[in-house]
Amino acid sequence: MSVLAALARLRAAREGVAQPIATVRHCHLASRPMVLVPLKLAGEAAAPLGAVVGTDPDHPRLLVVPQPRDRDLRFSFAAELAEVLLPYVEGFAGATETVERRGGEPYERCLDAPQILVPNRPAVTFLGLLGRSTRFRRADGPCPVHPSVPLLGRWLTYFADRSHRPGSSLLLAATEALSTHWATGQSALEDANLAALVGWIDPPEGMSGARAAEEAEDPLLWPPAGPATDPGFDNEVLAPAVRAYEEAPSGHAVERVAQALRTQLEPTWRLMWRAAGLLRALPEGGRVGERWEADRGSFTRFVERLAENGPPQARRDGAVGAAARLAGLERAQAGYEVQRAYDDPLIMAEYRLTGEAFAGTVTAADPGHAEGEGRSRKLRPLVTVKTADPVQPAPGTVLGSPDRRGHAAEVVEVAGDEITLKIVKGMGRGRTPAPGSVPEPGERVTYTSLTGDFPSSPALPDPELTPWTHGGPPEEYVPGDEEAREEWA
Amino acid sequence: MNDEGRGMTPQREAAAVVDAVLADLPRHRGVVVDSPPGAGKSTLVVRAAGHIAETGEPLMIVAQTNEQVDDLVERLATERPDLPIGRLAASGYVAPGRIQARPNVSVAGRVADLGDPAVVIATADKWAWVGDRTWPWAIVDEAYQMRSDKLLRIASLFERSLFVGDPGQLDPFSIVDGERWAGLSWDPVQSAVSVLLRHNPGLPVHRLPVSWRLPATAAPVVSEAFYPFTGFRAGTGPADRALELTAGGMRTCYDRALEEAASAGWALYELPSRHTVRTDAEAVRAVAVLAVRLLQRAPVAHSERGSHRVTPDRIAVGAAHRDQVAAIRAAGVPEEITVDTANRLQGREYDVTIVLHPLSGRRDATAFHLESGRLCVLTSRHRHACVVVARAGIPELLDAHPSAEPMRLGVPVRFPDGWEANQAVLAHLAKHRVTPLL
Repeated sequence: MSVLAALARLRAAREGVAQPIATVRHCHLASRPMVLVPLKLAGEAAAPLGAVVGTDPDHPRLLVVPQPRDRDLRFSFAAELAEVLLPYVEGFAGATETVERRGGEPYERCLDAPQILVPNRPAVTFLGLLGRSTRFRRADGPCPVHPSVPLLGRWLTYFADRSHRPGSSLLLAATEALSTHWATGQSALEDANLAALVGWIDPPEGMSGARAAEEAEDPLLWPPAGPATDPGFDNEVLAPAVRAYEEAPSGHAVERVAQALRTQLEPTWRLMWRAAGLLRALPEGGRVGERWEADRGSFTRFVERLAENGPPQARRDGAVGAAARLAGLERAQAGYEVQRAYDDPLIMAEYRLTGEAFAGTVTAADPGHAEGEGRSRKLRPLVTVKTADPVQPAPGTVLGSPDRRGHAAEVVEVAGDEITLKIVKGMGRGRTPAPGSVPEPGERVTYTSLTGDFPSSPALPDPELTPWTHGGPPEEYVPGDEEAREEWA
Repeated sequence: MNDEGRGMTPQREAAAVVDAVLADLPRHRGVVVDSPPGAGKSTLVVRAAGHIAETGEPLMIVAQTNEQVDDLVERLATERPDLPIGRLAASGYVAPGRIQARPNVSVAGRVADLGDPAVVIATADKWAWVGDRTWPWAIVDEAYQMRSDKLLRIASLFERSLFVGDPGQLDPFSIVDGERWAGLSWDPVQSAVSVLLRHNPGLPVHRLPVSWRLPATAAPVVSEAFYPFTGFRAGTGPADRALELTAGGMRTCYDRALEEAASAGWALYELPSRHTVRTDAEAVRAVAVLAVRLLQRAPVAHSERGSHRVTPDRIAVGAAHRDQVAAIRAAGVPEEITVDTANRLQGREYDVTIVLHPLSGRRDATAFHLESGRLCVLTSRHRHACVVVARAGIPELLDAHPSAEPMRLGVPVRFPDGWEANQAVLAHLAKHRVTPLL
């Protein structure tokens, strides 16, 4: 935990209400997100028990598996979920824009993309497992399923995979999104309880956050947000209802299970929309749109992949696939950290504390300063900044600034609390710097060694050319009947 | 310690291993050599490079950082002035003076611009951009610090290769969670050697048995804590090395710590137990004062190579985190003394080191702080003495945080265990404890 986050937690504990640790919203929030709250059967890896899903807070759709141990019912649950989820997702595939790119063919990108909100990380994991158990199924052959089931499996796998990418907002876990913006007076483990977390951030009138969080620990008032259910509910309510269905599988018995699940899901459903409202109230960070663009691009590529009828995502990453994914994730992580700091002075403050950034006031500027003569003359304006921040960068370090896009400066000299910088980028092409591109005396500026210039990563071999050090070329995937008979699914 | 090594002189024992390595080279696609700290890894690389160059076939050498590449180029150019050497570098690289002056070294950004040297050396990152040629031979240096995804990018460049590295140092890491690939034989966040050996279990693995760097006071401690099953011994005896503080002290606690380190090879400067922020002001100050005081005491090192004054460039200060390094630097350590993180001190050698213990003042022991490689790097950089600065209470902290990492299917068990290695080192340091008077 960083010093500032620790401080915010202490303050939250003292004040009895969560403290902001961000001044802007760092995730995209769609105008019409789909909320999905899944429940699973205790003791099973991926046996769905029920779910509420929908895009309208007032009209949740409840899906129920009256006997979660019955595999046919599990796959009809998947088909039902597909009925809601696929039209929503595919609704974004139609409208596209053409994106020009430097040194490459222009490509198509969807104008908007779907966004799914789930309560927490275990819900993401559950959706990933549900995707794993359904994406290899087939509509023909042994154990056939509805044709929408394998398609749902691919989408769920895609969303779960994508949610591991730092800064992606296609599938968001509410507890994670909230905890990146607020610090509570409880432990990180307790923050994973959505009701407690929302209690701290937005306690009911006349109640402290701490008290609201305490109340949230009572499973009768606030049932767990899933996918695991309350053991008391399992034993006393669910088990008898499932047994009744077992004995007489009537519409009435199904309704009994549905009613039981409704009591467990409804409070979380309302919480989810409150969480979305809390996030929506924050102004969006300046670079969130860039990351959403990347999400839209990724979504478009997956739509295209499905249209080409490619095989489902492999069970495991191959050697080349794993390395490629790792490179992508690391890039996204580094970029996300930089963008967050640039968007938000409160996050930048963390870097100022560790000496990776400083803020101060410009005391002198020489905008006309240049190096070299004649054709090799380069504009290199000098700026002196006075700062009270503790650790200062070494001469030669290249710095970026959140105040100006495309701006870069090199540290020339550090004398006491005054730092002289040489501006090397972002002044335009003229003989004198473009107006506003050089900070003026009296201006408050922030500089950081955190910059978004990441070298592109070198190419990986084709999977068919995997070298001997990594096990040689992999065997080709041939879909067979094996998958349909997988025992655990 | 290797049993077969007993009775042989360290020189002969080490030479026998090198001969075996060279003999294995043409017989296998890959040969792995494990080298404990200061066991003559670079010597082996230079020797093997000369050996391969004599066959007349071109050789590529891969190291992990530009500094390592420059070190190798310098070494190779000095010992083999007859060998044309190409140094491949990214744009923006400025060759340091020690390389520019060499007549047999050419520096360029593309292989084609190097002429046709017998040996081409570059970092793994740079090699990954070279795609249009294959070399019959390669040497991969610091292969345990290389991530397997880097090897994947360059493995098609060579036909056979010698992999050299220190398994006890820091494992490669990633800023993202690699759990998804845990247990896969080609896990991209594992080291190049572990992935190589999992796919090619038949490749020969040799071990260099003698550390020429670590003194007789340090080799057994480091060997037992970090190389519990393979082990190594010091190449020098207790009488071969001595550190003499030629200027008189003032019997301060700092003086006593330095005197203990000079006579015993180790000292633990132990501050009172307390939970602190990472840049613990007292500990940082103690490290800086010790460094300054050490220079004031005008240390002279006596060893098998003769005697010399320990100048600031022969002293290093190590810590776990970058902010600690910055704080120590700001606390007034003389400019010429190296202050850096464990990651950056890997592969380097000094006469005396001063270490801020990674667990000092912490409330918890995370996997990062428990990683045995981190402590191993910090406590195995010195030829003469190592002073560790720590807060009391680390053994209790360790007892409160037993390793609780989840077990994963298909992941080979790794030794040493960081928890146990930390305890072993602390148990030894406790014998050389100096506490400040309060």
